[in-house]
Amino acid sequence: MNDLDWLESQSVYILREAKSRIARLAMLWSLGKDSNVMIWLAKKAFLGRVPFPVVHLDTGLEFPETYAFRDRYAREWGLDLIADECPPLEATDPSLAPNSRLAARKTLGLSQAIGRYAFQGIIAGIRRDEQATRAKERVFSPRRADGAWDFRDQPPEFWDLYCAEAPPAGHVRIHPLLHWTEIDIWRYIRREGIPVVPLYFAREGKRYRSLGEIGITHPIESHAGDVDAIVRELKSIRSPERAGRAMDHDSEDAFERLRVAGYM
Amino acid sequence: MSPLNEAEQRALPIVVVGHVDHGKSTLVGRLLHDTNSLPEGRLAELRAMSERRGGELEWSFLLDALQLERDQGITVDTTQIWFATAKRRYVIIDAPGHKEFLRNMVTGASRAEAALLVVDAKQGLSEQSRRHAYLLRLLGIEQVAVAVNKMDLVGHDEARFAEIAGEVRAYLAGLGLAASAVVPVSARHGDNVAGAGGAGASAAMPWYAGPSVVAALDGFAPRPLPVDQPLRLPLQDVYRLGDKRVLVGRIESGRLAVGDALRVNPTGRVARVAGLEDWNRAEPRRLAMAGDSVALALDEDVFAERGHLLSSPAAAPIAATCIAARVFWLDEEPLAAGRRLQLRIGTREIDATVVGLEQSVSVEDLAVAAATSVERGGVATALLHSAVPFSFDRFQDNPATGRGVLLANGRVAGGFIVDRAVQVAQQRNLTAVASSVTRAERERANGHRGGVIWLTGLSGAGKSTVANAALRRLFDAGWQAQFIDADNMRAGLSTDLGFSRSDRSENIRRVAHVAKFLAEGGTVALVALITPLRSHREVARAIAGEDFHEIYVSADLATCRARDPKGLYRLAAAREISAFTGLASPYEPPLAPDLVLDTRADDAERSAAALVGYIRRALGPAKAAEAQPGSALSLAAAAS
Repeated sequence: MNDLDWLESQSVYILREAKSRIARLAMLWSLGKDSNVMIWLAKKAFLGRVPFPVVHLDTGLEFPETYAFRDRYAREWGLDLIADECPPLEATDPSLAPNSRLAARKTLGLSQAIGRYAFQGIIAGIRRDEQATRAKERVFSPRRADGAWDFRDQPPEFWDLYCAEAPPAGHVRIHPLLHWTEIDIWRYIRREGIPVVPLYFAREGKRYRSLGEIGITHPIESHAGDVDAIVRELKSIRSPERAGRAMDHDSEDAFERLRVAGYM
Repeated sequence: MSPLNEAEQRALPIVVVGHVDHGKSTLVGRLLHDTNSLPEGRLAELRAMSERRGGELEWSFLLDALQLERDQGITVDTTQIWFATAKRRYVIIDAPGHKEFLRNMVTGASRAEAALLVVDAKQGLSEQSRRHAYLLRLLGIEQVAVAVNKMDLVGHDEARFAEIAGEVRAYLAGLGLAASAVVPVSARHGDNVAGAGGAGASAAMPWYAGPSVVAALDGFAPRPLPVDQPLRLPLQDVYRLGDKRVLVGRIESGRLAVGDALRVNPTGRVARVAGLEDWNRAEPRRLAMAGDSVALALDEDVFAERGHLLSSPAAAPIAATCIAARVFWLDEEPLAAGRRLQLRIGTREIDATVVGLEQSVSVEDLAVAAATSVERGGVATALLHSAVPFSFDRFQDNPATGRGVLLANGRVAGGFIVDRAVQVAQQRNLTAVASSVTRAERERANGHRGGVIWLTGLSGAGKSTVANAALRRLFDAGWQAQFIDADNMRAGLSTDLGFSRSDRSENIRRVAHVAKFLAEGGTVALVALITPLRSHREVARAIAGEDFHEIYVSADLATCRARDPKGLYRLAAAREISAFTGLASPYEPPLAPDLVLDTRADDAERSAAALVGYIRRALGPAKAAEAQPGSALSLAAAAS
């Protein structure tokens, strides 16, 4: 068993745990590379279908290429897509920095979806190596009714005997990709032939390494025009993956504040 | 990062443990920096964070991602960070050293395959370092290296190092662990952290000629997957794929191939693997082994469900109702005899009672003493008893199926490893006392047999109404019968119980024992209780044994909601009741009930007649059943 087989098997195990223990489950589909891998893994776990709704927290500010990708693969993959619009900017915490407020719309969009569809479990494609507060996450992370992440009181996780119980009126976040790294994701995309939004590939010397909304996501200098080239590029560079995500850099604890309030 | 092989091998997970303030996070920061693994710009960020707090460069800020951690200078939660040496990739798991955060230390450490124990050269092996070392053993980590840190604070003194190294080696030996290396380190200054190590590597400690920390890590071996152990496959679920039933789970040990015979534990049914199901694989697999997540079809439709453990027929796991387990306790409320918990082992989740504590272990000197309760952070051997048999291995024989967790109210309260199976009666000093009147005598006097008639179904399906009507009919016909209603039980025997998962299970256990007691006395006990989960009814069946009759009172959710005799659906909709069965909590219909009463199609009187007919056939003398042809007819109609 090579390392990708091992990563895949772990994720399939986590997804099957979530499915058999949580009745009302949904998966977040940000349309980025990681969440495409996650859908792929769900099809592996559930033998060709995704047996729960897939939620796109739509701010109306995705790139046109991203929307085209969503509409095509929602159909081709037979997804039960929920793409409600997130509450407006005015509804977000005004004490947040401007870039963070844009991101906070997704937090509100998520709690809107949880309220509207009574989800008890939300599968999200975050990884430990992306960001230092995500590195502290649990695989099964209980959230209170307001969706907040209580990092002071995270439950213990022994081995992989995960606990899927949610607090009263709260929900559980499930993180099946927590143990993957950026290069693992790209190598898996290459091995499996998983489609991604073309913005990840370099055009005129630039590509998006981390994909978010227009205005708060910036491309990096790159000539990596295909998946092979991206894998080679990642082996040679040491810049952080989310350097182009403005919301992470408003202040020292900008991302932590977002996450504590319920951001992914 | 090393460009070589970097992506082809699995990153080796290493946990860094030790007492708070002995410098774990600093050592990890230094490791990352000195192996060139820090992302660009990260060092500048750390400097800025350190300067804002008015200090010199604080390496620990690299891992202490939370504002709270940086402001208070203490690691609260475990974290993971990737780095690579020339030899391989690593995931470093940083575990908090403060006693308050032991649960986070355990979370981190249980994912590791090897450990680095950091000990302060000045303070030596503290209680918390000992506790961490003890837990490593309990969690199954066998490879340990030791960094004696802050050597600069003891003048790089060789004698002090030798003293601590001796103390650490002796303690680890007491646990059955051998340190692969003990390295004198100054993490702040980078002495003996990276590099090849050896004589002269640290100018400040020329007397040390052993490996650096990096060299010590490179000396660890990845834990091999247990492919040559007996097959163990805990079932996660059963999916329906067209007309096929597919069993899914991850192989914990051993291997299986298409055509192999498999035994379902603890039921003991045997069937063969007909095929392995996959998606997007060029060729279907014929063989799978430890570490693989699989989906398999069997050649025969044997009953199997989540919680069952598949093995080969020749090497089955142990099945028992009581185990002696070494428990590591994390809950505020102490572990003590009489405590009711949920026990999870593999994918099996059952209710368990702590029937006693055999001994506790002092982590200070590893002394063993008799115990009556264990506080948070303590370790003890406890006897855990369940009403139903479950399958497992001893931890020493098979770690993955010999370990588990204990839950209190849905939260993990502790972890355990299985020492051995225990004979219950012998352990609890109980002796059954024979009654002076036998059951057979009572049944002869009554003219019918006793039994437990267990009506399960959604709230509002009509369980109580049907049971009550049947009771009247039986009494009028001269039968000894009793009706046990869920609400009435809760007003008396079970006033101490709420509606949490464990309280519901306990209520079911009590009702089952009362019903069994009545059945033993020759009475027909009619029980009306939702008992939503198959596992609940399995408990009741295990208690009542052959007397148990499962009656499914069936009505769809919409009908029940419309009837809503107790107004509960309305309350649940208004969110005044959480976890209401059918809405937020699942109801699992019986797979093979003894009788189905469809109360949507039939009114309560017809259903009661059908039930009485069944009872006469099952418990009455043969003649009585023949005298009631009407009932037998409606039974046939209802059961179809």
